[in-house]
Amino acid sequence: MLVMGVCTVYFLVPIWWLFVGSSKSRAQFTGTAPLWFADFDLAGNVRELLAYRDGVFLRWMVNSLAYTGGSALLGTLLAAMCGYALAKYRFPGRETLFNVVLGGVLVPATALALPLFLLFSRVEATNTFWSVFLPSLVNPFGVYLARIYAAASVPDELLEAARIDGSGEVRSFFTVSVRLMFPALVTIFLFHFVAVWNNFLLPLIMLGDERLFPVTLGLYSWNTQVNQLPELRGLVIVGALLSIAPLVVAFLFLQRFWRSGLGAGAVK
Amino acid sequence: MRMSLRPVSALLATALLLAACSSGGDDDASNAAGAASCAPSSGPVTLTYTSWIPGIEEVVAAWNAKNPNIQVKVQTGPNGNGGTYQNFFNQIKAGNTPDLGQIEYDALPGFRVQDGLTDLGGCDIVAKAQGQFVDWTWNQVSFGEQGHAYGVPQDAGPMALFYRADLFEQHGIAIPKTWDEYAAAAEKVKAAGGYITNFSQSDVNQFAGLAWQAGGRWFANDGKQWTVTLADDKTKKVADYWQGLIDKKLVSAVPPWTSEWDNAYNSGSAWTWVSAVWGANSIATGAPKTAGKWRVAPMPQWSAGESVAGNWGGSSTAVFKGSKHVYEAAQFALWLNTSEEALSLLNAKANLYPATKAGATLPALSKGVAFYGDQKIYEVFAQASGQVSPDFTWGPTMTATYADVSDGFKAAVSGKGTLTEALTAAQASTIQTLKSQAIPVKE
Repeated sequence: MLVMGVCTVYFLVPIWWLFVGSSKSRAQFTGTAPLWFADFDLAGNVRELLAYRDGVFLRWMVNSLAYTGGSALLGTLLAAMCGYALAKYRFPGRETLFNVVLGGVLVPATALALPLFLLFSRVEATNTFWSVFLPSLVNPFGVYLARIYAAASVPDELLEAARIDGSGEVRSFFTVSVRLMFPALVTIFLFHFVAVWNNFLLPLIMLGDERLFPVTLGLYSWNTQVNQLPELRGLVIVGALLSIAPLVVAFLFLQRFWRSGLGAGAVK
Repeated sequence: MRMSLRPVSALLATALLLAACSSGGDDDASNAAGAASCAPSSGPVTLTYTSWIPGIEEVVAAWNAKNPNIQVKVQTGPNGNGGTYQNFFNQIKAGNTPDLGQIEYDALPGFRVQDGLTDLGGCDIVAKAQGQFVDWTWNQVSFGEQGHAYGVPQDAGPMALFYRADLFEQHGIAIPKTWDEYAAAAEKVKAAGGYITNFSQSDVNQFAGLAWQAGGRWFANDGKQWTVTLADDKTKKVADYWQGLIDKKLVSAVPPWTSEWDNAYNSGSAWTWVSAVWGANSIATGAPKTAGKWRVAPMPQWSAGESVAGNWGGSSTAVFKGSKHVYEAAQFALWLNTSEEALSLLNAKANLYPATKAGATLPALSKGVAFYGDQKIYEVFAQASGQVSPDFTWGPTMTATYADVSDGFKAAVSGKGTLTEALTAAQASTIQTLKSQAIPVKE
């Protein structure tokens, strides 16, 4: 219990600090106690952040949601279909394919960023939305998870029944299998969402146009300019607070599906 | 522009490794271009320019409004060591660099070694502009070679001494004019309950500026190979001096550019800062409680009566090798860094201190500054700018060198080893780095 308490405090203090820091004016930020409030001016700071440079921060948030939400949704669907196919259909090269995908789990995204840059340069597609979006769709771990979960939770008998009732393979997948796999899909979605949200190196290498930046890269680039414009520090802190909001929302909203999924697997 | 911490260096290490593994091979072909290609293009031209100067868009917009035939598209991102340099290197490899890029002086040799820059020496508009720039800034882009220019100087960071006039007066301590006096003052400041300054444990650029003033020379290149002398006698003198202050606990060692660091100045526990011209804004924003109490004096000297200054920071506007419009790019770079309009904007938006001689007389730089009790502080820096020795050369792998030195400095500050040992070790590993990149180096 004590250990958990200490851990909780340990993990929550940075967020608390971020919240407190965001509420302070620039002058008070360095001069007052870091973990307690001075004059509460969160709204003013947020307003300043949103107004800075024609509201480029909002644009970054929208970009991040587009990169992350879009690729997590599509990527989850792709991973689900792929994992499902690997689990439920027998075809030559199935195990080889699966092993290759599994090998993909071991390659860190960081190591792929530069080769991807060179590839996209070859087709003159760097510095576009797609240069970040397309590579983000790939999720080998999701395929792995989907295969295991589909094998365990989608009974072959059910699929056969669907076939007898005249349902096509695609229809069976979307109406029957996806529902059974839902808890796994939520997990894949969450993992994917977090991974893309935090993938920093790929946008850093691909993008030069500030208007395409995701929020992580945007805040980072401000942060590297703090020496030059110290007033940016306040904006970076408020921005960081706002930028974790979507992650918190995604977790709070989806964790009940996730939990029920974990439970269902355990009892079975 | 100043240099700073390198927070993502670990993150980028993988990318660097990959870049190193895959380099080699397809160079050579591009060497033929060079000076002859500096001819005007026919028809309208669009140039791309990457820079991380805050507010650069507005400066470029001023150019675009007046030059419909040479439109410049500006791109921004993190600062050089924060990732943009690595991007430049990747783009050089992939052949899709922007036409122009902002490159700090200390990074320029690295780009030259990778054969990424256009030599503007053959552009007569650039050659003619040489006289407008402060001599040492020109040397930073020409590498001391007549008739060459691997960029156009943009800004400079001449150094001086920021000090808390009120505290010095209150305790009857004279403003130090030499480093001996500075050390003596440090004892008195300590007795009064403060620190004379903060020794920047991880920002090696400040130390480089101090070594530069003392006559230390870290790198040399005779056209064939590099010589590395990070621990030459002059630099050792500086290192031993600061080691003495650290050993006697006369200086604090807070990590630079943190709120803790701001607080040391804001709360009056640090009394002076030997810093560059842009430091004026760092103090004003980081230590708002001390408004009106700071003044600026020339930096302390090694011998009484001398007047030598160091430099900390500064950058250039370079034209990359892949640019098809060298002449127009050079025109833009010259306007950006010599016209009063651009220099005033750059100063207002990002506190850049111009590299031109005339830049020192900008209206904004001739006025008293309220935070400094209306002292005309830029006069001190204008003088310092003329006192920076012109023959300081940066090495081609500064990112690695900085990382090595700062590791050693951090250890020294916490009592393990000394600053001199850190420099000696960094010298050895710098030579290793150069060798591993097949850059000729003399041992």
